[in-house]
Amino acid sequence: MSSDEAIPRDERGSRRGRGHGRGRGRDHDGSREQPMVPRADFRSYYGRPVLKPPVWEWKIPAYLFTGGLSAGAALLGAGADLTRRPELRRASRIGGFGALLVSMYLLVADLGRPERFHHMLRVAKPTSPMSVGTWILVAYGPGSALAATAEVLPAAVRATLPGRLLRAAARPAGLSAALFAPGVASYTAALLSQTAVPAWHGARQELPFVFTGSAAASGGALGMLVAPVAEAGPARRLAAIGAAAEIVASRLIDRRPGLVTKAYTTGRAHRLRRASEYLTLGGAVAAVSVARRSRLAAAAAGLALLAGSALQRFGTFEAGVASTKDPAYVVVPQRERLEAADSERRGS
Amino acid sequence: MTRDNSFYGPLADPAGDAGHRDHPPRVGFFTDTSVCIGCKACEVACKEWNAIPEDGIDLLGMSFDNTGMLGASSWRHVAFIEQQRPLGRQDAGLSELPVGPSSVDGTTEVVADALEVAKRGGGDLGTAPVDLGFPSFDLPGAGNGAENRTQFRWLMSSDVCKHCTHAGCLDVCPTGALFRTEFGTVVVQPDICNGCGYCVSGCPYGVIDRRPDDGRAWKCTMCYDRLRDGLEPACAKACPTDSIQFGPLDELRERADRRLAKLHEAGVTEAQLYGRDPDDGVGGDGAFFLLLDDPEVYGFPPDPIVPTRDLMSTWKYVGTAASAMLVASAAVFLRGGRR
Repeated sequence: MSSDEAIPRDERGSRRGRGHGRGRGRDHDGSREQPMVPRADFRSYYGRPVLKPPVWEWKIPAYLFTGGLSAGAALLGAGADLTRRPELRRASRIGGFGALLVSMYLLVADLGRPERFHHMLRVAKPTSPMSVGTWILVAYGPGSALAATAEVLPAAVRATLPGRLLRAAARPAGLSAALFAPGVASYTAALLSQTAVPAWHGARQELPFVFTGSAAASGGALGMLVAPVAEAGPARRLAAIGAAAEIVASRLIDRRPGLVTKAYTTGRAHRLRRASEYLTLGGAVAAVSVARRSRLAAAAAGLALLAGSALQRFGTFEAGVASTKDPAYVVVPQRERLEAADSERRGS
Repeated sequence: MTRDNSFYGPLADPAGDAGHRDHPPRVGFFTDTSVCIGCKACEVACKEWNAIPEDGIDLLGMSFDNTGMLGASSWRHVAFIEQQRPLGRQDAGLSELPVGPSSVDGTTEVVADALEVAKRGGGDLGTAPVDLGFPSFDLPGAGNGAENRTQFRWLMSSDVCKHCTHAGCLDVCPTGALFRTEFGTVVVQPDICNGCGYCVSGCPYGVIDRRPDDGRAWKCTMCYDRLRDGLEPACAKACPTDSIQFGPLDELRERADRRLAKLHEAGVTEAQLYGRDPDDGVGGDGAFFLLLDDPEVYGFPPDPIVPTRDLMSTWKYVGTAASAMLVASAAVFLRGGRR
């Protein structure tokens, strides 16, 4: 008999996952509730996290939303320009650039050394989604800025030569922004997925669709909110399609096998994503029904979709953070992988 | 080697792969935890040599480990693990003595629960002070009566940055602040880092972190300055038992294999090497370990994989989603005749 079998391996130094057998120690006084889901049996270093939780705070999920909104609006603005919908075009271009400005602020302010933001432009690095994203934004920004500027020119400037040139450049500028917009909306999925954060890395197949869906929904929602009902048909359709994609992709994450799902379906991430789903679903249903007749309903649906899109980003972000704080998300799947490889080796 | 990229898998010469020519051999650490005595000389020497600021004078209440974890201001971290299990056939001779395991379950529970609700779940350990909400509900030493004496073994291990062959932090760094040195190690350039924090989430070991007051990311440099002057890193120099061994990686791997065989021969069957295998998820570590229990017991991930492995497939999904968005945006305008 080996000493391994003789002595229980539940030692002080290596706490097993709690909620299994021994409970949480202090539940007799009612101060701690038993966890709903018993944790998988695993060992760790005093229950401490293996990974560092992200240092990013609310500004990054907020940027995920504003960046997506800007991209969705840029696509809608270009389409409205080509199909002669001046109100929708104007609202989308201005809204899209406004969201981009907010995005820039959020991205720079989140840096530990904001004054060094331009160091991002030192290199172009294909292995870093953040570097790829930087250059996508560099390509996207000027078009968005130019198209928006053309919309807000004062009447006195519009008549001058520079004013006329600017207005002539607005369409190509808007189209160039629309070309890069899907990249802006989707690269953020790679940004989160290419980390060691279990919940983000584990959802790398679904996240791009969640994020582009959410971006389309929010872009459409902005159009519904600010453009007249008569012009907002494409905005409503884009919002509905985007919302559907977002909800389906996000539900697919919930149905993933393995522990990673738990990060999305429990705790704060779950509450945020559930609220997002209600708002997005409600907004999408309204977009294809009452929003076609009533401006008020369209605005309400637009607001619901915007809120749903924002909450989706915060929910996804929270799921990632939660998965780094609990060593189970790291240890359990990796241990299972090792044991599977081990038994395979023994079998062959 | 015929491969499209060097994102994953064995890689014989990381420095050469990064563009260094005529470079010195790859160096590393072999940390043999079976001879670690937990003196923390490595932690002190590292702090001294690299002029690392204080990371919070905390008493974490669970063991002699009051550093907690590697972090921006702790580049070496000695883990202490007490197990109710004798080492080999030894008798620790403690059952009748008024000393014994310093950690009691009650305290462990209190501290672990406090860590769980801490802002970053205890991830700030090693970087900044973490408030654990002491005092606990148990009186100090309440569980330390003679009836609690057990046979136990004490595992100690000095953790450090692994200087991976495929380094997640280096791959995701968007400024080029993190780079591969001519020695095959991974180093942050403080004058370039703008504190984006991507490396913190890119590391599958939870090593690198951002210093809150300074805003930049910091981690072990394997004493790059000393290496360039032909000296060994401060921690290895200070280690009194040669638990931390420094040298060319090939040599260290050979030495580790011999040590493992010797321990197995001596009946320490639980001894295992961690991070030595060039076929593992990070292409092998530049700093690897001999452990006496499973890696997770020491706070290591049991089977880490560099996130870059899935770079191509991730972008494929992203590309599909982006194309779908472009198509959908065009399609919604096709019914242009109607309002």
